[in-house]
This record gives sequence, C-alpha cells and structure tokens, in this order.
Amino acid sequence: MELTLNVNGTEHTVDVEPNMPLLWVLRDELDITGPKFGCGIAMCGACTVHIDGQPVRACSFPVSAVSGAVTTIEGIGTPAAMHVVQQAWVEHQVAQCGYCQSGQIMSAVALLERNSEPTDDEIDVAMSGNLCRCGAYPRIRAAIKTAGQQLKES
Amino acid sequence: MGRLRTVTRRTFMVASAAIAGGAAFGYYKYKKPYENPLLDNLADGQNALTPYVRIDQHGITIIAPRAEMGQGVHTTLAAMVAEELDVALDDVLVEHGPASSAYFNDVALEEAVPYAQTDHGRMAEGIRGLVRVSSKLLGMQITGGSSSTPDAYPKMRMAGAAARHCLIEAASARLAVAASELETEDGAVIAPDGTRISYLELAADAANINVPDELSLKPRSEWKLLGRSLPRVDMVGKSTGTAEYAIDVRVPDMLYATIRANPRLGGERISYDDSKAKSMTGVRFITRIDDAVAVVATNTWYAFQAAQAITFDWGDAPYPATTDEMISRIGSAIDDDLEDSQYRDDGDIETALIGADMIEAEYRVPFLAHATMEPMNATALFTGSRLDVWAGTQLPTQVIEEAVAITELEPEDIHVHTTYMGGGFGRRAEMDFVKQTIDLAKQMPGSPVKLTWSREEDMTHDQYRPAAIARFRGAVKDGLPSAFDLKLSSVSVIASQMSRLNMPVAGPDISIVQAAWDQPYAIPNYRVTGYRADTMIPVTSWRSVGASQNGFFNESIVDELAVAAGRDPLEMRLSLITHEPSRKVLEAVAEMSGWGEELPKGHGRGVAFVYSFGVPAAEVIEVAETDRGIRIVNAWAAVDVGTALDPRNIEAQVQSGINFGLTAAIMGEITVADGEVQQNNFHTYNGIRINQAPPIAVRVLENGEKIRGIGEPGLPPAAPALANAIFAATGQRIRELPLNKHVDFI
Repeated sequence: MELTLNVNGTEHTVDVEPNMPLLWVLRDELDITGPKFGCGIAMCGACTVHIDGQPVRACSFPVSAVSGAVTTIEGIGTPAAMHVVQQAWVEHQVAQCGYCQSGQIMSAVALLERNSEPTDDEIDVAMSGNLCRCGAYPRIRAAIKTAGQQLKES
Repeated sequence: MGRLRTVTRRTFMVASAAIAGGAAFGYYKYKKPYENPLLDNLADGQNALTPYVRIDQHGITIIAPRAEMGQGVHTTLAAMVAEELDVALDDVLVEHGPASSAYFNDVALEEAVPYAQTDHGRMAEGIRGLVRVSSKLLGMQITGGSSSTPDAYPKMRMAGAAARHCLIEAASARLAVAASELETEDGAVIAPDGTRISYLELAADAANINVPDELSLKPRSEWKLLGRSLPRVDMVGKSTGTAEYAIDVRVPDMLYATIRANPRLGGERISYDDSKAKSMTGVRFITRIDDAVAVVATNTWYAFQAAQAITFDWGDAPYPATTDEMISRIGSAIDDDLEDSQYRDDGDIETALIGADMIEAEYRVPFLAHATMEPMNATALFTGSRLDVWAGTQLPTQVIEEAVAITELEPEDIHVHTTYMGGGFGRRAEMDFVKQTIDLAKQMPGSPVKLTWSREEDMTHDQYRPAAIARFRGAVKDGLPSAFDLKLSSVSVIASQMSRLNMPVAGPDISIVQAAWDQPYAIPNYRVTGYRADTMIPVTSWRSVGASQNGFFNESIVDELAVAAGRDPLEMRLSLITHEPSRKVLEAVAEMSGWGEELPKGHGRGVAFVYSFGVPAAEVIEVAETDRGIRIVNAWAAVDVGTALDPRNIEAQVQSGINFGLTAAIMGEITVADGEVQQNNFHTYNGIRINQAPPIAVRVLENGEKIRGIGEPGLPPAAPALANAIFAATGQRIRELPLNKHVDFI
C-alpha cells in the first residue's frame, strides 16, 4: 500500500503493509533512526514520536492510522541547533547508555508544551511510560524542570 | 582447607585459561608490546603515534577501546590521553577503535584472586601480578568488572605523554630548539619565542621518533581535565538522536533479519514449518543457523511477522524444567562434599556457637535478565574474502575469534566496528547474537544484513544472573557479632561463560562468594563457604556479578545481628571496621542522611555497606509505609574510588547502580516453566520508573589505596538498604527477593 507521510516537515512516499508500525517505516524505510526499538508493545517508550504534537508510541501505531504530521527527535533540534529540552539534557548530563533518551525527550517536550511548570507528580504521570534501565531518573527530572523554566522565560 | 591449597587451585585456573588463549596469542611475550593496530589501516596523511592516538589533516582522534554502554567511559579514557597530550577534549574525536589485543585489559581479572582488595600484602600483590601477566597473554579486549578506569589510568595517560614527547621532539628538530625549551598547549608546541606549531603539522615527523622507555606523568596538581566534571563526549549525540548504536547501523543495500531459537535454551530444533512465513510480504528467505531459524526480509518488522508465523517442534531443555527444581538443586548443593571455596575461616565457628543463642536464617534471590534497552542485534557483511561486523560488544577481540571459526578467514580479514551500546550490564560480553549474525552473513555473501532480536527473543534467550541461596548461623555477644557462618550456593557464572568460550576452567568460582568473604568486618569467628550447583540454565555476569546477591545476603544478616545485639546498625558496623576508607563512607552517609534523627511516623531507614570491586560503598534508604504500600522516600550514598577522575559522572554511575539494584530488589524475577523463561517483555519483567525512583544524593571520597571503577559498586548495597529500611518501618524482615512478593510498593 502506497502512503504519504509528513515527517519532520518533509513529505515521504512509502509502499508498505498498512499495519506496519510507524516505527519500522521511520527506521527501516526512511532511515530515521532517532526513534528506538525497545519492546514493540508500547511498554518502554523508546520509540516515542509526536503526531501533531501528541506523543505516541511508534512501535504500536500502524502507519496507515497516521493522520497528521510526524515529528521525531531529529525534528525538534539538531546538534548544531538544539531544542531547549535537549540543551537541558546536555546541561544536566542526563544520558548514560542514552538509548531511551530520544523517547524521554519527546515525552518531556510534549509535557512541557502544555505545562511548563510541572509538579513532581505531573512529571511522574507524563514520564512513567518511558523506561530507563540506566536509571537516569534524577537527572531527567532535573532537566525537565530546567527546560520548563527556560521555556517559561522565553 | 588451607589458604595455600586454595591459591594453588585458583592459580591453575588462570594458567589453564592462558594456555587456552595461547593458540592465538601465545607467541607474545609479556613485556613485548602488541603491535599498534592503527598502523594497519592508515590512510595517506594519517599517523598513529600510539595505539590510542591517531592524527591526520582533519585533527586528532583518541581511541577509547572500551565499550561505551552508558558508564561514560569514552569521556574518562579520552581525558586521560588528552590531559597528558595537552589538547582540549572539544578538539579531539573519540572512537572505540578496532578490535585488537593491544587493548587487552589486565585489571579485569584482578578480582579473581582470593585476596581481599583491602589486602596489599606481598602474597596478594604477587598473585595479582601473575593474573595480570595471564590476562595480557590472553590478549582479551574486555569491558567488565568495573576495570576500565584502573586499567587505562596508567596506560592511556602514558600514551598521551608518549605522543606529546614525539611531537615535541619533532618540533625540536624542525626549530633547532632543545626539547627542554619547548612547551605544549591546546594541541600545539610552543617555542620560547612564541612560535606555535600545531600537532597536525608535526604528526608525520613525530611518527618517526621512538618513544623512550621512561616518561614522567603530570602530577595531579597540574591536571586541567582529570579530576573535573567534564561534558561527556557522547552527550549531544545521545540527546539529539544522532548517536549511532548497532541497531542504527546502515549499510547500502542492507537486508533486515530476525531469529527464533529454542525457548528451552540449548535444546534442539526437531522440525519447523515455514510454508506460511515464506510467502509473507517482504520476506526474502528463511534459513537455519545451528538450531535456530532466521528470517531475512526487506524490513525488520516483516521479518518479525514472518518469524512469528513459523511453527516449531522444539526439543526438551537440557536442564530442569522449572525454576523451583533449579533452586532446589542450588539449595541441596549446600553440602560439605560440594564445597567450592572457603576463603575465610577465622577463629572457630563451631566452638563459638556452643551454648550461644543461635541466630539462623535462609535468604534467596531469583534468576534475573539483563533487559538492556537495546535488544541484541548486529550487522555483518561477508564478501568471501573479508568480513565486517558492526556490533555493540564488550568483547571485540572475541568477535574475531568467533568470526575466524565461522568464516575460516584470517584474523586480519575481519573488521569489527564497535558501536555505542544501548546498555550492556554484562549481556554484551556474550557472543550468541554476534555469532548468529556472522553465520547468517556467511550464507548471503555480498549482501549486508542486520539481525535484530525481538524483545521477546531477547528476554527469553538471555544468559541470566543466577539464582542463589544463603544459609546463615551466627550469634552475638556483648553487643557485637561473635560468630558469623555464611554458606552461599549458586551456579558458577565463570564455568557457564567459559563453556561458551571453549575455555577450560578449574578451581573455585570466586564470584559465588564475591563481596561476602572479603568484607572488612572484624568478627572473631567468621567463616564464608561457597557451594556450587551444576550449571543449569545458562548464566553470566550481571552488573556487579556475585556482589549483586551477596550484598543483599550479607548486609541483611548484619542488620539482623545488630537487632539481636540491640545496637544501631550503622554504629555497629563502624565498631566492626578498622579499614579507614570503609569507615569514612559509613561516616559520610550517616552525616548526609542525618542518621539517627527522628523520622516522621511510618518512616524507616536502612543502611548497607558493601565492599566490591575495591570500592567501599555505603547507602542509606528511607521508606514510608502508606496505605497504598511502601514508598521509597530518599536515598544517600557515599563511595570511595581512590582517585575521582570525573565526579559528576561517578555520581551518575552510583545513581544508576542504585536504581538498577532497586529494580532487582523490588520486582526483578525470571522464572522457568516447561524449560521456558516465562517473562518475555517489560509488562512481565519491568524496571523501576521515574515515579518510583527516589532522589539520590551521592558523595565521592578519595581515601582508597588505588584508583577504582564505579560502574558496579553502587549497586550491591541498594537491595539490603531497602530491605533493612522496610524492617525499620514495618518490623517485617524479608529474606527473599524480589520484595514485592511480600509487600506492595507504590
């Protein structure tokens, strides 16, 4: 089935089975590898991307159900021009193995876009779908607060 | 059993391992350096002054030849070279580099000697020296055992100093100025008249200058990079989705594959039916790899779908069908005839227990999976005369050995590209997924292929942290432990690993008693005995290895003894310990946590102290009992690494170790039924999430005798500190992990 997808502002046409999860279209068809494969059942959050600004687990989201613009970690900032949340991640030196961090950052961006001053409980609710086996949670929490502060001031 | 006999047996094990490796590496003499592997692949204009430094017209590259699996090791190792070379870390590239015996690790096996890391006597140091020689002969490039930093600390600083020496000599010749007159700064040699020549300009000349035998290193007072918290070299990449893990490797015209192996690990494949799978969308072909079946497709997801559509008739497991039976065998191995080691036997336990109020307890822990965030995967391209392998591996030189065996190519035709790793924790020291990928690539010459395991395959085909059982008898007298008799039984991690590497193994497995027999407690009658059950389901190193279970056993028991003695558990530990760095971490964590202060109603605190990998680590955890279950409120940790090269990174590793340990403590359990692992994804084998992870304050001390690594030592005290806190809050003593079998957690 031929489909057109808007990813990070670029239109792509792919020919895949309609029930292929968005993650595998991004990774293996389009070579967009920032979103990671972790579990395949929406339990770990490593594959988190945005569809029209809403965080979704790309590993369990059929590509034919995508009705809006897809944004991946590559679409929110680059090494030369990082998003405020990415800058906060660097400032707090959050990542260890780093494999979950694309998903953590995408969940954090979605949280902060609707609430730049989240409480600890609100951070827990928004972020507990993202597993980090390295346990970088103290710094994830701190970086979210720093980024929220900066978003509010800007 | 006397110590001498024990030592002899252990020495034999090391020696026989060295002989096994001698086929490939035996012609190396210990003092003769390995050839610089960078010299084989230099392009025009590139120079490799040491195995750790390459310079070309684009700049300076530092080789950090240890697996970057989250510990920040690339940054710390590169800083060692950069410090002595006088370059800014921002101005160099850092690479893992090729697989080579030049990057052998001679500290990784150090803890395999039966001397406490606190023992620096002649005998202990002599045996350690022997091990160092053996591991060099083995030529293994290995990341593990929290050894990367202590192993590299002399070598990589010396590499930086050697490169700097050659660059200065080259400048001296060019300028006709004595080398002693020249200085270096920010990647350039500076002459007395202010002339600057960049290292890039000097590299070609410097490559022809011999490195002297003796070089001096900077004193700590002159360090500009080491001893400071540096931005990690991988941080921007990992925050922008641009860092490349093995699963992200792209090779033109690459195909995508997955595999299904017998869920009864090591059992045979009797038959399979792929008639439906063969005709599914995207499938190119289906093939056998040993007893497993691989599906090659145009997309990983097509491969996953087709693999699920294959039906199998799998043979039985070559081990007991259930965890209960395996644990029962581990229990029945506690038998004097099956004694594996007894490295501590102070005083006279049996006499000390006569007439005493005996305290007895049995503790257990389950099997555990590694569950790295990145499932096992690798990419390979076999052309018939050359093999390229891209993998996240903790053992790159072993990849060459395996590839030679599979492809029959010469070692120099095999090129291992070690990527960032989405977690390792010991799992990526195993070769299974790499061997499968090489085997598959060999079946499709000229066609690159990436083999990715599904999460289900990953979790059910791990090599696990072994289950273990501890039995304790002891007594207290006059407010102190008077007798401490600990029997520890498990499966041998070393025997299981060596069987997969086709290396012989003899002698006891020290990991069974690791971080139990060598704790610095002065107890007059003190015995620790290890027992070994036969290998059943395959097991391997799991972050902190034997310390991961023995920390829980030992420190829960010390807590029980403090209760029996009517003593404060932290203060009682201090009265049993004379080793100064160990006392200091306990004192630090007491001060940080405000130990002894009154707590809110329903709160309780536990303390634990574990000396592992040469690092004393003390932790305090505070919990609250609520109507929804136990909540972890706070955690404090103090560790002593001897010399702290990057304090902020050390803090991250301790926090990571604690959270990894808390996952195991609260919820980690692998069970087996009908020979198959029952947990197959994160819904049945979860990790703690941000809502359960406490704030963790860390203090890093430097009173220890030697520089130490910190990837593992933060982990072992976490479970006992939590269990002891639950006891303090609720009065319930839990002697089995995971704790959620006995209490609810929020």
